[in-house]
Amino acid sequence: MSANFFYTIEVIANGLMTGVMYSLVALGFVLIFKASGVFNYAQGVMALFAAMTLVGLQNGQIPFAHLINTIFGTHLDKFGWEVPTFLAIILALGVMIGFAFLVERYILKHLVNQDPIILFMATIGLAYFMEGFGDLMWGSDIKKLDVGLPQGGNVWLENATEGWANGFYGFYIDNLDMWATVIAVALVASLIAFSNYTKTGRALRAVADDNQAALSVGISLRKIWVIVWSLAGFVALVAGIMWGAKSGVQFSLSLIALKALPVLMLGGFTSIPGAIVGGMIIGVGEKLFEFAIGPYIGGATENWFAYVLALIFLVFRPQGLFGEKIIERV
Amino acid sequence: MKLTKLATFAVTAVMAASPVLADLVFPSLSYRTGPYAANGTPVADGFADYYTMLNERDGGIGGVMTKVIECETGYSTEKGVECYESTKGEGSLVYMPLSTGITYQLIPKVTADNIPMLTTGYGRTSAANGDVFSHVFNFPANYWNGASAAVNHFLEMADGDLSGKSIALVYHNSAYGKEPIRTLEELASKLGFDLTLLPVDHPGQEQKSQWLQIRRERPDFVLMYGWGVMNQVAIQEAANIRFPMENFMGIWWSGSENDVMAAGDASNGYKALTFHNVGTGFPVFDDIASYVVDAGKAAGTGEHVGTVLYNRGMYGAMLAAEAVKVAQRIHGVADITPAMMRDGLEALEITDENMAAIGFGGFGPNFKVSCENHGGPGLSAVIQWDSASQSWNVISDFAESDMSVIQPLIDADSAAYAAENNIASQCN
Amino acid sequence: MFYRESGDFKTSYAKDTQTFPIKLDRIGYYVILAIAFITIPVMLITDVGGGANYWTNAILLPFLIWAIAAIGLNILVGYCGQLSLGSGGFMAVGAYAAYKLMTSFPDLSIFFIVIISGAITAGVGILFGLPSLRIKGFYLAVATLAAQFFLVWLFNKVPWFYNNSASGQISAPTRSIFGFEITGATATPEAKYLFCLVLLIGVAWLARNLTRGRIGRSWMAIRDMDIAAEIIGVAPLRTKLSAFGVSSFFIGIAGALFFAVYLGAVEVGEAFNINKSFLLLFMVIIGGLGSIFGSIIGAAFMVLMPVLLKNIMVNQLNWPTDIAVHFEFAIVGALIIIFLILEPHGLAQLWRLLKEKLRLWPFPH
Repeated sequence: MSANFFYTIEVIANGLMTGVMYSLVALGFVLIFKASGVFNYAQGVMALFAAMTLVGLQNGQIPFAHLINTIFGTHLDKFGWEVPTFLAIILALGVMIGFAFLVERYILKHLVNQDPIILFMATIGLAYFMEGFGDLMWGSDIKKLDVGLPQGGNVWLENATEGWANGFYGFYIDNLDMWATVIAVALVASLIAFSNYTKTGRALRAVADDNQAALSVGISLRKIWVIVWSLAGFVALVAGIMWGAKSGVQFSLSLIALKALPVLMLGGFTSIPGAIVGGMIIGVGEKLFEFAIGPYIGGATENWFAYVLALIFLVFRPQGLFGEKIIERV
Repeated sequence: MKLTKLATFAVTAVMAASPVLADLVFPSLSYRTGPYAANGTPVADGFADYYTMLNERDGGIGGVMTKVIECETGYSTEKGVECYESTKGEGSLVYMPLSTGITYQLIPKVTADNIPMLTTGYGRTSAANGDVFSHVFNFPANYWNGASAAVNHFLEMADGDLSGKSIALVYHNSAYGKEPIRTLEELASKLGFDLTLLPVDHPGQEQKSQWLQIRRERPDFVLMYGWGVMNQVAIQEAANIRFPMENFMGIWWSGSENDVMAAGDASNGYKALTFHNVGTGFPVFDDIASYVVDAGKAAGTGEHVGTVLYNRGMYGAMLAAEAVKVAQRIHGVADITPAMMRDGLEALEITDENMAAIGFGGFGPNFKVSCENHGGPGLSAVIQWDSASQSWNVISDFAESDMSVIQPLIDADSAAYAAENNIASQCN
Repeated sequence: MFYRESGDFKTSYAKDTQTFPIKLDRIGYYVILAIAFITIPVMLITDVGGGANYWTNAILLPFLIWAIAAIGLNILVGYCGQLSLGSGGFMAVGAYAAYKLMTSFPDLSIFFIVIISGAITAGVGILFGLPSLRIKGFYLAVATLAAQFFLVWLFNKVPWFYNNSASGQISAPTRSIFGFEITGATATPEAKYLFCLVLLIGVAWLARNLTRGRIGRSWMAIRDMDIAAEIIGVAPLRTKLSAFGVSSFFIGIAGALFFAVYLGAVEVGEAFNINKSFLLLFMVIIGGLGSIFGSIIGAAFMVLMPVLLKNIMVNQLNWPTDIAVHFEFAIVGALIIIFLILEPHGLAQLWRLLKEKLRLWPFPH
């Protein structure tokens, strides 16, 4: 077998894992859309905010230091302590839950029964707000995120497979991506277990099915919303950690939302497995296209190809691969 | 709506009506927010701190106080317009927009308004032809010089022969990133190396395809024209595929502390180009420390002093300040106008003596600007990151680039611009 | 009391179907036109307070151009109910079409350049509107992002579009109409302003008359329920695609002006990125879906708000620029949310409510 064959397999494998990274972001969208019909554009900024909060807590940064310094002429910077990673993650999660409460209390509650597009716009407004607020709180410099995740190619695999074909340097798989896959699987499994085997989870599914009916059997919609936004906050934190480990925590982290949108389209807005499968299809599709066709048309095709791929799928299945069938009546 | 409209009108009217003070005004179109905030902040700090230092230490330049007006562009061209229009009435002497996009857009405007623009190490490369671009200066080095300097360094590493070798260019898929392609193609045919082009789309968080390709094709050298998050990810990915870091080099915008810190020790040995020195080992930094940082007058927190980008901001400020001195000498007035500033920039000569006199001895290359040549000779040096000491080390002299390749390209591009816009030669 | 709809009798059909059937509205409209066509140009020519350049380039031009684009998007989203996030890409089509026309036909009047650019964009818009026949709602919104990313990539990649320049930047050469320079650095503020104003008025007039005619009614039928509309005999293909076409035509005009008159030089990935699509959608929603007037005030709001905030925080309060911008983001975001909560139907609805109130005010009954 030729080296090219193995390289193609390598591209597919890496595409799958990159796809999982996209799915991590897409999951947050699905959770919220399922339970409240809100297309939450702020998911990307939530990931950024969660990661910033985590790093800020780890390093003992003083929130709003720059602002306080400017107003009062002080020179505050750090508390001088460092919080252990695990504790910092818990605290960051706490912040995200608090955030979920605030969103429900000050935004969602007032927008019940509005058009989906209004809710969508409100989340973009929320995204703007959090961009400004997050930078004010933690500063806009690049922060190194270190939670002990391994980085770099898997040397063992590379050495074991080297020389399988002439000119083949062995399979390259990023350790971080492997971890991401494990974490994503665990995340999805626990989400499914949560929604199947706990009372709250069943309530969540009831709301997703039909919120009027759920209301009538005594499920508090507002409580459910806080729970799903907290869950989405948790997913955002995980996504923020995985992506932040690659590039450092900085503004651009919020733009990963754009990579999640084609995944959503393809997998369907309402399906958790759809987010994972969609992510993998997008990941493999865009990597293979860049590998096979990219060099002939100048490269950097990934951004638009993901959307075009999703578009092609949609033309045949307008509700996404796993989305609920759209039934329209007059 | 009407009310707010009126209010803004009133606000701006008051602003615009305020008398122009007898200051040397340097607008700073900075970006401390947005995707490139981490890079924009130290540059803006260095720029502002240098003028603060001049005011505190010397009482300005030639007895006239300096004033920096900062305007936030967020790297967006529309905000760039707003900033340009709102600051030009304040007597702004020279624009340094710190963004290739804003530069392109301001070129016709500054020319019409008779205000010079100085783009150190960015902007439109062919503006080096002062015969066509009367108000734009891009000394001491431009993107094409950078491409050539990088190839020269690779040539040196390959013992003077690049034929049969391969170089990959990883670039930000934008106007800035595409600049070096033509120069590299010319050099490839001249020196006989293979060139692979690998564009990375903004923002560049996902570069797996590009680096898998590099891993497959094993180019001998990789040159990067990146900006923002793209740099950090690229360096991390290069480390992941165990690409030899000493064969990986970035242009000066891909070589700051920000870019290498995120990858930790893995980035050890990464190289970058620069057109000025790094660190704080120059007399001028003592003055910055005592007059600005310790006095609590720093634009930022003072933590960036001595970093690559801070020094770049300061270097740009210094060049403009030196040009002010030249202009004051030529025209015999202390409070110069933008038009005089243009003459000053065009007659600027940087030598070892005047660099040493202002505490910058050995900080940057020597060069001389003329009416025809607004770009200088294009000297640049190579720096290398040492992760153990967390510092950049200069590993070469300020060396020349291959102008025999670059000059024809500059002439051709500027001639096309002159033809498109009916610009007459200004030098003779 | 102050706003009266009664007592305004019509004696002919022509009068009954005029654009502003109520006398008071008509007077208001003429007053605004007079201000826009006489007062503001006079102020710009005489350069009151020395701010003519600032006012034109930083506020008036972006406002007029965004208003044109917002009317275009409102036709698609507000009247036909097709959610689109591809507007940035369509603006890029307009801009690059204008550039190619300007450099290929140096003698062509800038007016025709802009109109032809709009027509080219309309063609591209119809092409990308095809999936709307199958895909609906948010799925369609995300699908239009394919247009956004693909078009930007295309203009960045194919050298023909930017005449093989080294960097891929396009710069607008000087072009004029009736001997007045409109593009280029030496064009006067009043010429640029009037040129864009005339186009905005033309676009608004066209949009207003389209939306209250047969085609507009079929758009609204599709928006309200497409299956029902189909059953009563509205052809979805023609209706949806015509909405995409008309909408893209206006957006293309806006894109051409944005490049040629406002910015002068453009890099596609920066000037026409996805944020432009969102910004435009905001204008439409804040202004009011399905309202021409709403599009214009929506554009005014989104253009003026940041400039106003910046001027207050940086120039008046002397805050550091970075803190000011962070606050600006937070405030704009919060304002958007507050607006959506208080009045989801936009500023246009507020205006309607105000008229309601003025009918009686100051009397209780």
